[in-house]
Formats: sequence, structure tokens, C-alpha cells
Amino acid sequence: MIAASAPSQRPADAKLLVLSASGGLTQAPRAALPQFVRQGDVVVANDAATLPASLVGVHQRSGAAIEVRLAGWLRNRVGDLTRCLAVVFGSGDYRTRTEDRALPPALAAGDRLRLGPLSATVVELRTPPRLVVLALEGERDALWAGLAQHGRPVQYAHMREPLALWDVWTPIAGPPVAFEPPSAGFAVDWRTVASLRRRGAAWATLTHAAGLSSTGDHDLDASLPLPEPYVIPPRTVRAISRARGRGGRVIAIGTTVVRALESSALAHGYVVAGEGVATLRLDAEYQLRVVDGLVSGRAGRVIGPDLGRMTRLGMLDRGVLSKRACG
Amino acid sequence: MARNQASSTLRDARVVITGGTSGLGLALVRELRERGARIAFVARNAERVREVAQRTGAHGIAGDVARKSDIHLIALQASALLGGVDVLVNNASTLGPVPLRPLADTECEDFEAALAANLLGPFRLTKALLGSLASSAREGRGGVVLNIGSDAGVTAYAGWGAYGASKAALAHMSRIWDEELAQHRVRVRCVDPGDMDTPMHALALPDADPATLARPENVARTLGILLASELAQSRSGAMLADAS
Repeated sequence: MIAASAPSQRPADAKLLVLSASGGLTQAPRAALPQFVRQGDVVVANDAATLPASLVGVHQRSGAAIEVRLAGWLRNRVGDLTRCLAVVFGSGDYRTRTEDRALPPALAAGDRLRLGPLSATVVELRTPPRLVVLALEGERDALWAGLAQHGRPVQYAHMREPLALWDVWTPIAGPPVAFEPPSAGFAVDWRTVASLRRRGAAWATLTHAAGLSSTGDHDLDASLPLPEPYVIPPRTVRAISRARGRGGRVIAIGTTVVRALESSALAHGYVVAGEGVATLRLDAEYQLRVVDGLVSGRAGRVIGPDLGRMTRLGMLDRGVLSKRACG
Repeated sequence: MARNQASSTLRDARVVITGGTSGLGLALVRELRERGARIAFVARNAERVREVAQRTGAHGIAGDVARKSDIHLIALQASALLGGVDVLVNNASTLGPVPLRPLADTECEDFEAALAANLLGPFRLTKALLGSLASSAREGRGGVVLNIGSDAGVTAYAGWGAYGASKAALAHMSRIWDEELAQHRVRVRCVDPGDMDTPMHALALPDADPATLARPENVARTLGILLASELAQSRSGAMLADAS
């Protein structure tokens, strides 16, 4: 994969790499995605919008410059900025590779942080030296105004230009709960949705609060993704059930959708509407219960049959899969 | 649709209103709050935003829809504070140069500013909130965009060039949005509220007799009924689609 260095999430010439049931590879324009979907299928995407989760500021006890990256919601506290997980870096910014970033000053519970117009307290060191539970202080409206004013999208060294919020919102973005974009969602625009429907496929969404993909801390990175809350709407459950009943496939746009649907099925025996927390780690051993196909932004755009084959082909760097063939 | 029925439809509806601290926008904030809707309104003056938020119990967002860089920040706050968006009212607008003047004497920058506030702002904010609106429509809560137009966008009044051209484009853009979004059951309407006794009208026509102008509160009441009707139609569309 050649990593993008400029913030263009919707290039007109984007490609789709299609892995067929027989393992054959073909390349198609990304706009051709609907051609690989059949009548009766349901396509499910993550409609989470991305927060401006990077906040620069000062650790008040030491006076040291820091960058705080909001990293995850606590259980049953989605959208609650007064208590959330955060990763703290020392001075510097995204232009330095995450693994080379300076450590923050030694943090202790009760430490006060000044983050532009926002104030925060370190409530607990979850995984020293970087992962903390943070309490941003103030009324809800003021907190969101402060985040909007001072926060920037989380980004990494391969992207040299600073990202704006519109660079990290997919075309279907709705609830602002993700800490990084559910990037496969950039493969879908409103024209794609219309084409899917014309082909007789159903279109549905869920909301999954995608977390950080890297913290720069080896041990912490090994534990990613952190538990991620999701919400599956009733209509999405009905669309999946209807597709199943008609012999259609469930095609996930992105691994966050796979995690949400499979976590729900693991917890309840089948996909149910409502809130949940995805703790599932997807790997080659995992037996899919719900999802048949995947469109992934990782290592190219992939829609394909089984994880084992895809990983053997070196197409995916982390577990992603499909139990029935697409294309 | 009767007023009581409209109130029941609008109860707990999540509504974003731009230009919410004066004139028709402020009247809409009050009217829809009275009907039980949850409101996030937007306006440029942060101090006024705080005052109106305190008085009405609505969420206030300081921002300028004419600035591209403000749009996603507004969408972020509105979506987060309301937990989703069912209705967007693009009400904020600017007259362009005042005193009003012929197009031949209108500076290009003033014309651009009118387009930025009256046309590009509604376009960008609709686009930024479309994921929320379409999701709401799919889930049967309804999805409606109401753009506030003007008869100056239909009739060629001398001196109203920048404003009139921007409102004409807004009306046409609304029709195209509506055509394109029908399949997502998001309804887009553009309504001319008529001449009202508002600060903007006074700025445009300082000699007009306020007694001859409509009260914004009365217009807001009518628009409330229209919004409820549009929401109800969007919701029934979703129910029919689910049943098919």
C-alpha cells in the first residue's frame, strides 16, 4: 500500500481490488462497487462522524507542553466528554512518527491540564505512561464548543498537511462519536447508495465509535482496538434479517461494522437492535456468524471471501474476513 | 394540520435553526421550543447566542454559516448536543450591500458575501448534516430541510440584485436537493415567508411602516405547522418503505 500524503479521501480515480470466490483478483474503479453487490444483499456502513480529538495544551504541574488524544468512551458514557479515555503525548505533533513521540511528563491522578479553552483533570492512570481517564470540565454546550474551537483531527506522520474536519467525515457521517474515521466509509457516496438500491440491495447503517489505531506505545498498541461502543438501529436488524431470509448476503463497509455485528451476534446469538460494546478481536481463527463480505480501506479496497485466503495473499494486515463469496 | 397535531409531531424533534438570535429565526426557536422540539440554533454573535440560549432553553452555537471553516464545527456541535438531527432550517441570510444598490454599483466582494451566506452556507450545512438527516429519515423520525426564501428570488426588484440572485439560486437548489433526496425520504422545501417586521427588513427598507408587515411570531407559527406536516410525510414514507 502506498500511504496517502495529502488529505484527499475521495479521489476520482480511486480503485477497488476485488477478491473473487475463486481467489482471483480484479481491479475496478471504486465507483463500480455496486456491480459486486447482488439483489437481496444488504450493505451496512458505519455512519459515525469523527471528532476533532487532538488537543494541544499544557500539563500545569510541570508546565510541559502536551498533546492529548481523546481515545475512547467509557462504558455507558458515549458522548460524555466529562469522563473519557485519552492518550497523552509530550511536546511535538503529528509530523513526528507516533512511535517516536516524546513521553508526557510523569502523570498522576489529580493533575490539571489546560487544553486551549478547556480544562481537564487526570482522573486515573489506566495504562502508564500514556493512557489515562480524563475529565474535561464544564457545561456540556461549552465543552462541545471548546472541542470544536480547539480540537483537530487525529492524524499521523505520513499525512503532512493538517487535516480539517471535513477531511475526516465520510459522506454519510452522522453522530460524532469516532476518534478516527471509519475509513472504508470513504468508498461510499450518495450516488453509490442510490446505485445499490437500484440493484435491489438494501442500504443500512450502524454507529460504531472507532477508536485510535496507534498510540506509539508498543504494549498499548498490542491491546488495540480498545473496547468500542456501538449502536445498531432496529431498521438495520430488520434489513439483515430480510436479506438472510431471501438468501442475500450481509456486506460490511469496514471492519468496525464487522466488529459491531459480530459482537452483537456473539452476545445474543443473533444481531439485536440497541447499544453494545465491541470487545471482539478479529483474526483468522474467528468464525463469522453474520458478515459475508467486506469492503476494507486497509491494504487496498477489498471485497472478498475468506480471511485465511486474504491474509495468505498478504492483502490484509489485520484480521478481516468473509465466510461467503462476493463477486 | 391543526396546531395540536403539529405540536405532537414536533415534540422531541431535533431541530437546527441558523440565524436564531433575531427576526424569524428567533421566533422559530421560541415557537418550536413551545411545541416541545429540541433546538440547536446558530448565530454569529457569541454574546447574543448565550442570552438567547439562556432565555429559551435551546442549545446555542456561535458560528457563521458564510464561513466554510465553521460549517463542520456547527454540524459537530448540533449533532452532538441534539443526539441527531431531524430538521434543518436554513434561515440565516444577509442582504448584501446596504443601503440597497443597483447591480452595476455592487462590489463583487459584496455579491460573493451574499452568495456565501444565502446559498453556499445552506448547501454546505445541508451536506454536512445529510448523514444525520438521512439516518433520521430511515429510522422513521423524519428528515426535513426548510430553506427560507424570498419573493426577491422570484420577482426582479431593482436594488435587490445580490440578495435576489442568491435567493433565486437557493430556491432552485432546494428543488434539486428535494428531487435527489426523495429516495432517502429527506424532504427539502424553500418557503417565502413574506415581508416581516424584522431587523433585516428595517435595514433594507427603513421607511416601511411596521404596521403593514407580518409579525415574525405569526409566520413562525405557520412554518411550525408546515414543518410538522413535512415531518409527518417523511415518517410515513419510511413506514411504507419498511412495510414493502
